[in-house]
Amino acid sequence: MEHVDLSLIFVFILSGFLGVELIKRVSPLLHTPLMSLTNALDAIVVVAAIIIAGRHETRLSTTLGLIAVAASFSNMVGGFIITDRMLHMFKTGKAKKQ
Amino acid sequence: MTPETMQQLIDLTYIIAVVGFILALKWLSSPASAMRGVLIGEIASGMAVVATLFDPQVSHYKWIIIALIIGAAVGIPLGMVKTTAVPQRTALSHAFGALSAAIIGIAEYYVGIGAHNLSRFQMVEIGLEVIIGSLTVTGSLIAAGKLQEILPQRPITYKGQNFVSLSVLCTAVILMLILVIHPEYTHVFEAMVGVALVFGVMLVTPIGGADMPTVISLLNSYAGFSAALLGLVLNSKVLVVAGALDGASGFILSVIMCKAMNRSFTNVLFGAFGQLQVSAVKTEQKPVRSASAEEAAEMLNSSQLVIVVPGYGLAVAQAQHKLRELYDTLTKRGVDVRFAIHPVAGRMPGHMNVLLAEADIPYEKLFEMDDINGEFPQADIALVIGANDVTNPAARHDKGSPIYGMPILNTDQARTVMVIKRSMNPGFAGIDNELYYLDKTLMLFGDAKVFLTSIVKELSAVHA
Repeated sequence: MEHVDLSLIFVFILSGFLGVELIKRVSPLLHTPLMSLTNALDAIVVVAAIIIAGRHETRLSTTLGLIAVAASFSNMVGGFIITDRMLHMFKTGKAKKQ
Repeated sequence: MTPETMQQLIDLTYIIAVVGFILALKWLSSPASAMRGVLIGEIASGMAVVATLFDPQVSHYKWIIIALIIGAAVGIPLGMVKTTAVPQRTALSHAFGALSAAIIGIAEYYVGIGAHNLSRFQMVEIGLEVIIGSLTVTGSLIAAGKLQEILPQRPITYKGQNFVSLSVLCTAVILMLILVIHPEYTHVFEAMVGVALVFGVMLVTPIGGADMPTVISLLNSYAGFSAALLGLVLNSKVLVVAGALDGASGFILSVIMCKAMNRSFTNVLFGAFGQLQVSAVKTEQKPVRSASAEEAAEMLNSSQLVIVVPGYGLAVAQAQHKLRELYDTLTKRGVDVRFAIHPVAGRMPGHMNVLLAEADIPYEKLFEMDDINGEFPQADIALVIGANDVTNPAARHDKGSPIYGMPILNTDQARTVMVIKRSMNPGFAGIDNELYYLDKTLMLFGDAKVFLTSIVKELSAVHA
């Protein structure tokens, strides 16, 4: 039996439950910005892509890593911009009159 | 600085980033604190990216910088799309997210094979990650194509579809199991990726436009979980946390969408959704009452409570700004105008809220289904704009209807119902709407934008 490190599975399960609790509290009003924000946060995959591309192990892994850097970074940039834009649109009646 | 100290500093940055991610989601609970949430999310992600560039493993910068610039060049225009295009943009970003997760998994596989140090457990993780990532890539691209109307929005179905689709998924899993025993069979790995890509296409092609909110949420969840699995493969806690949060978010949204359509979650998980078997029932020509803009304006003017029910048609007609003009005119005359938002109205969760917020309609006038359904009997007018199935009373009593049991907005309980609609064509689910044939219903035939414009014009002619 090979050794298997389960500590990350713990992290995964705990974050999953935390995520469920956090997202339940998000107002349905903001479900679209929620999706674009989680998309932008998920784009943190870019850090893994940078390492794969930067390690220069094989030509294939470097190329794939670079594509992943571009794809995930576009999500990070685009996701934050659109979330920001959408949230700016949500105004109360009072704020509108000002 | 020694590489060890550097690595510890980077890890510390990742911990701070994770705290930022959690706070970002926590602050999204209300519109008042949401902006702060985005800001901390941006800071956290930025810190993590910068810290990673200092990682001792990273030796070549030129191409990475170029890739980052390309990413930004693609991301900025994708962040600037119109609010009506947000659903397809979201589907596309699920595809990008899943693509990066999948190809990093693929790269890890080949590196691991080259170094002969791939454990069985790692092979299971990589296999699952690459399967989920790949199917999400093609599935999301198909969804984006349907939403952009490059592909037909109607469900494309054939006999035995579920069986074929499930067999394809099983094939991918079997190939993965072969790889667990023989990780060095690279052609099996390639076949597995190919089969998973095909399955993604098969998963989303049968889905109709009206089911897109569920599908987008589900793909969001898959994209998140593939990133979390990648975190397990790469031993990266920050990926596990961010992926699990994203996956959980998509999961919750899918559950909410399922409940709003009265579908079971297992039904969705197995991809057997969106297949409303529409029997082409020939509806006999039942009489409907129609009204002109002038008549509609007069009735709106003399009412006290108007509840607007927006749907996807509002987005298609780009009529949200005209609707705001109507809202302003009526509000000035002392009419209470409220908006009833069905959870699956539009093409993604919260789509209508964003559209109306863009038109500067104050968000405290937007009500969720459960909060406003009790108000319809007090409403003088329910004004339906571009919504269809979510207002169909057949969902309450007609056991033969494909939407039987789906929670609907109680539009039929208002004293008068007005429906702005192009023609009598049935909605995306292809079901005839009983609402249109009620005695109290007035059909306002025409393009939503044009019709709203004429109502506003007539209203300004009527003295308050």
